[in-house]
Amino acid sequence: MSATVKDYVVAPPASVAAAWPRHQVVAFLLMVVLLAIAPFFLYPIFLMKALCFALFACAFNLLIGYVGLLSFGHAAFLGSAGYVSAHAAKVWGLPPELAILAGTATAAGLGLVIGALAIRSRGIYFANITLAFAQMVFFFSVQVKFTGGEDGIQAVPLGRMLGVLDLHQTYTLYFVVLAIFLIGFVIVYRAIHSPFGQVLKAVRENEPRAISLGYRAEHYKLLAFVLSATLSGLAGGTKALVFQLASLTDVHWTMSGEVVLMTLLGGLGTVFGPAVGAFIMIGLEHWLAQLGAWLTIVQGAIFVVCVLTFRRGVVGELSRILRKPL
Amino acid sequence: MPTQALFGQLLIGLINGAFYAMLSLGLAVIFGLLNIINFAHGALYMTGAFVAYFLLKLAGLGYWWSLLLAPLAVGLLGIVLEKTMLKRLYHLDHLYGLLLTFGIALVIQGVFRNEFGSSGLPYGIPSQLTGGYNLGFMFLPTYRAWVVVFSLVVCLGTWFVIEQTRLGAYLRAATENPTLVRAFGINVPRMITLTYGFGVALAGLAGVLAAPIYQVNPLMGVDLIIVVFAVVVIGGMGSIMGSILTGFSLGVIEGFTKVFYPEASNTVIFVIMALVLLVRPAGLFGRTA
Repeated sequence: MSATVKDYVVAPPASVAAAWPRHQVVAFLLMVVLLAIAPFFLYPIFLMKALCFALFACAFNLLIGYVGLLSFGHAAFLGSAGYVSAHAAKVWGLPPELAILAGTATAAGLGLVIGALAIRSRGIYFANITLAFAQMVFFFSVQVKFTGGEDGIQAVPLGRMLGVLDLHQTYTLYFVVLAIFLIGFVIVYRAIHSPFGQVLKAVRENEPRAISLGYRAEHYKLLAFVLSATLSGLAGGTKALVFQLASLTDVHWTMSGEVVLMTLLGGLGTVFGPAVGAFIMIGLEHWLAQLGAWLTIVQGAIFVVCVLTFRRGVVGELSRILRKPL
Repeated sequence: MPTQALFGQLLIGLINGAFYAMLSLGLAVIFGLLNIINFAHGALYMTGAFVAYFLLKLAGLGYWWSLLLAPLAVGLLGIVLEKTMLKRLYHLDHLYGLLLTFGIALVIQGVFRNEFGSSGLPYGIPSQLTGGYNLGFMFLPTYRAWVVVFSLVVCLGTWFVIEQTRLGAYLRAATENPTLVRAFGINVPRMITLTYGFGVALAGLAGVLAAPIYQVNPLMGVDLIIVVFAVVVIGGMGSIMGSILTGFSLGVIEGFTKVFYPEASNTVIFVIMALVLLVRPAGLFGRTA
């Protein structure tokens, strides 16, 4: 028997799945406190970037960690939502919350179309197919006028969130981004620990058996795919507003690779792993920025080391040591 | 529609198709036996072109030597990668192979980009293959004709070895049931290593062929590999003849798209892939998904 992705996924036992286990509540509160005080010690722009990617990685983890599907095309959702949000805020003049919503809805729609076509395959085929669809989105973004081609959409206005919160204030912007991340995080957590999440796990473990029990496996997988795409879109829309920029970088396939790396580094199928992985990766990018192309080499080396010796990731190893699913 | 442009694009399509075919053939051979999608294929194609460049610059060895030595060097590099890293992943989900080779590709591309930036280095066409023929309806550069013919010969030769010889029979048997083949006294692990080496050597060879056409560039394999993945999916993963045929025909289709509807020329292969998957999830020539 060959080991599969799920053998490295630290899944909670069914008994604790119904409610929030206490140690996870503690870890969650710790995370909230740390993130709430972080901007007073660290550069807020860096933190906001990391939060956007943390949400992106959490959304991605929903698929790989709990459905066992490796998507290599999640940049399509991040990037397209970024473009639509930026366009909505700049050209249509929508307030930030509606602009982000427009981007998120775009990603959801795109997720429905791509998911419906891709979900019929699995494993390497699924990875390849999502990659190919993401490339279609990429070339579409290169050619269409409204994306601004190589320049992207620049100088996206920030505006006032819900009419009251002035996003030009760095700290206001930070706490809005933090709130969006936490909402996304809780949605993913609830999805995983709901009956829906249990069915997803059943499908992951043994799809024919889940089908024979009467579950329409493809519907569940599609729903998980769309949810993952939607939350990736939420991350992309937020990111576009925070940096006032939507560019080709976010649709390029290397972005899809980066989110895989973040999730792998943090721990596939762990609750906190993707966020931890995102913070480590963005931190590395931040500190190694002067090194130029060395960054790619470091990323590649981390990938190789993770796959060869560190398949549980940071949080996965931690939860193995503590013997508690995190 | 001017015939000049039509035949010009047909030729470019055939050239691209030749590279698609050689690269997807290597991927198919590797996937057939190792069940790994080799993400490092584009980076090793680029490495092949750079080996040719180094041979010329440092050792004064020209194109013809490169055509022999560069695939050997890339193949050796592949063997080292397989022996030291890929080998440890065979008992795991195939996705880990994809992730590992992705990491390797990042490292290789990063190293070359660090040294040479992202602009191309020129590599001359060998003197025997300069010039061209005027066919009346179009001008055919000799080197481009050579690339199409040579890659066709290499592809069909590979097909012949795998489908028609005893060695190929072992290979196909090991693809079906490695344990049983091993029980017959055939050294399957060595066969796997050599197969990976051969697959990436094909990529290195394609890199040498490409050097005079596209210049030698650290990023030459980055986006190409994604297109080749789509070609492999359309042809059906693991199918030898399938990858050769789809490689050449998709190159030609892409070329024609450039004439008739240039906006779609980058995406046409991915659109075809989506359509093929809707009708035949295992690809045009694949047996099972």
